[in-house]
Amino acid sequence: MLWGKIFGINADYFIVQGRGEDELKDKKNLYSFNCVDWFLLPPATDAMIEEVSKAAQGRFMGDPSFKYEHVETHRQGGEAEAAEEEDEVTIKVSEEERLVVTIHQIDREVSVVPRGAFIKSHGLIQTNRSFNGLSHSEAGKLHNFLHFTEPKNLKKKSILEMAYLDPSIDFLDPLSDDTPKGSWSLQFECGSNVCVLRSLLWLGLTFYHVPMAPQHGYIYMGDGTKNLDLPFML
Amino acid sequence: MEARGGKQDMEQQKLHTAACLKAFMLTNSTKTNLNLYDHLTRLLMRLMDERPPDAVDVIEDMSRDVKRALFVERQSTLRAAPHTAATQRLAERQRLLFTRGEEGDQEDELVATADTPALPNVSEVGFYLEQAGVGLGREEMQRIFLALKQLVESQPLQHCRLWGKILGIESNYVIAEAEYREGEEEEEQSTEETAEEEREAETRDDEEESEAKESNPLPQSTYKPPPVVPKEANRTGVNKFVYYVCKEPGLPWVKLPSVTPAQITAARQIRKFFTGRLDAPIASYPPFPGNEANYLRAQIARISAGTHVSPQGFYQFGEEEGDEEEAIPRDSYEVNPDFEGIPVPEMVESLSTWVHHVQHILQQGRCTWVNLAAKPEEESYEEGDAEEKEEEPDEPEPEVGPSLLTPLSEDAELFHTPPWSTRISSTLTSQYAVAVLRSNLWPGAHAYVCGKKFENIYIGWGLKFAGDSYNPSVPPVPQKEYPSGPEITEALDPTLEEEEMLNAALEEQQAAQEELDDMDEEEEEGDDD
Repeated sequence: MLWGKIFGINADYFIVQGRGEDELKDKKNLYSFNCVDWFLLPPATDAMIEEVSKAAQGRFMGDPSFKYEHVETHRQGGEAEAAEEEDEVTIKVSEEERLVVTIHQIDREVSVVPRGAFIKSHGLIQTNRSFNGLSHSEAGKLHNFLHFTEPKNLKKKSILEMAYLDPSIDFLDPLSDDTPKGSWSLQFECGSNVCVLRSLLWLGLTFYHVPMAPQHGYIYMGDGTKNLDLPFML
Repeated sequence: MEARGGKQDMEQQKLHTAACLKAFMLTNSTKTNLNLYDHLTRLLMRLMDERPPDAVDVIEDMSRDVKRALFVERQSTLRAAPHTAATQRLAERQRLLFTRGEEGDQEDELVATADTPALPNVSEVGFYLEQAGVGLGREEMQRIFLALKQLVESQPLQHCRLWGKILGIESNYVIAEAEYREGEEEEEQSTEETAEEEREAETRDDEEESEAKESNPLPQSTYKPPPVVPKEANRTGVNKFVYYVCKEPGLPWVKLPSVTPAQITAARQIRKFFTGRLDAPIASYPPFPGNEANYLRAQIARISAGTHVSPQGFYQFGEEEGDEEEAIPRDSYEVNPDFEGIPVPEMVESLSTWVHHVQHILQQGRCTWVNLAAKPEEESYEEGDAEEKEEEPDEPEPEVGPSLLTPLSEDAELFHTPPWSTRISSTLTSQYAVAVLRSNLWPGAHAYVCGKKFENIYIGWGLKFAGDSYNPSVPPVPQKEYPSGPEITEALDPTLEEEEMLNAALEEQQAAQEELDDMDEEEEEGDDD
């Protein structure tokens, strides 16, 4: 499925995502410049995430071999003589790694599905073939939309809240638990024929859902930069 | 005899039990109000009519069917209230867009015979934008087209253009840029504003007078707010165009108020999302003077000044007015009739083929600099006076920005990103391709050119690229309340020893004084002797 497009300064990346048996875990990402030649991206590892978060700043360049450099200096032996024994650690990150980590972060933080669209059977997460869509009133409430990643907050709910949940479809975190509140913009377009959710944390992620129909999907078209100023802007 | 009686008894008993059984079968069920006797009767009658094969096997199904057939639908007395879906409401509003106006239509079309027709060709713009990879989708563009037509018919506009769309949290804004015909402009609320200011000044004077009458006047505040920069007149500088806003095509267009320099300087320092309601307050620091409509207008002004570009040569300056040495900031341009399109590959390769055609906004918040330190009587915007004042040393430096029609290659970089990115719409059919320019400073601002046609559009959130992080400005140091003077500065109360020392010193002084007086008296007496 077309995952989206990341705009770089010199060129844009088209990103495509493939899903395996388990929709949540088996994911493979590919990128291309002209939608004809595709390159496979490696999966993201924790070390990669850490490096990228330190080194890569600013916009994407558009060149997958572009190197971002970050120099860290560790000072050792701080007595009267300072600036001695500096260990300079240069972290170099290629743009391809940055791409991998960005896609991984976006998927983890803002990918959305409506409640009931996926079911967990035998530990595998699969599409629910009998999903008929949310109703108009349900589509107006944020807690009917779930994050499509490993749930973080599920176990912390009180038993009272868990009573309303159905374990086969409520195995993901709802959007209404996001902090800060209001980081999603929910709108009805075309006279409430389509419900559109836009993320304010990653500007450019748009999710659509047609109420009373099983059509839904999300796409990211943007810079690939996280909006860290969100609390100031609300 | 007894046998006959016994037989009759037995018959009566049998009849009695039969009657009991029948009575039992006739009792209505508590749940369904049916009784077994009637049900069996009906079932047997149906059997007699239909005579199905293997009747004993299907008897249960037949029994259920008979029961189901008895259900009588009763209309409840409640009637569903007519519920108009949101789609229906929107369709009714947008229906007006699709109907033709009244007879005045034909005349208006003839009247607007100026060179530039008032209504822009939004379908064409939409097509080129689609080629460029930007836009709103055909259906929405078509509705916006019709809404613009409605706007042009209702207001006396000379020139109108789709400026773009700004996304908000609850709803979005579709914005149209327009210019009134000559002489058709409304007076606006300027008279209201000046009347309000006069009233406020009067109340302030009254308060000051009443304070002065008190015996112990409170210390007057020495804080003088910095002088307010006057806003530019309509049709000049930042307020050159008038902007209309609507939430969705079909809803009425709302005119945005003109922008003041204070609003522009405040908008430069804050970073807020739009909610979608024009009267929403903006809670921010530094406090924004106005509500969301003013903030929207200020952002539109900044975006226009920063990202509206055209191919070089499309616009040219008017006739030269005076010496070419004087740096008159030009603020008018006209369409160049001899413009021949620049080939698309050239437009994509170098940025010097594009020029800004909107004036840059100075630090002050206006396009033409105004000297605030001038005294009110001498305030004038003529060139000569401004030059004289520049020579005085304490006058502030006039602010200068890049002049009109400067090419983009001179745009400054911000946060290590080049300010513009160029793309060509298709590498495969480059002779018919469209050159696209995308701004990196205002993400969402696009411009395209194809031959002689070009257009600017903005589709985005209305925020400037702020680098990695945005630092809100720190509030200033709190001011001292009163000017410190001897009356109110605290001094330590003198301690007991100091008081005693003072008293002793005073007594000594007095004693010395008395001695002197005595001596004087003695001397006088002595003299008298």
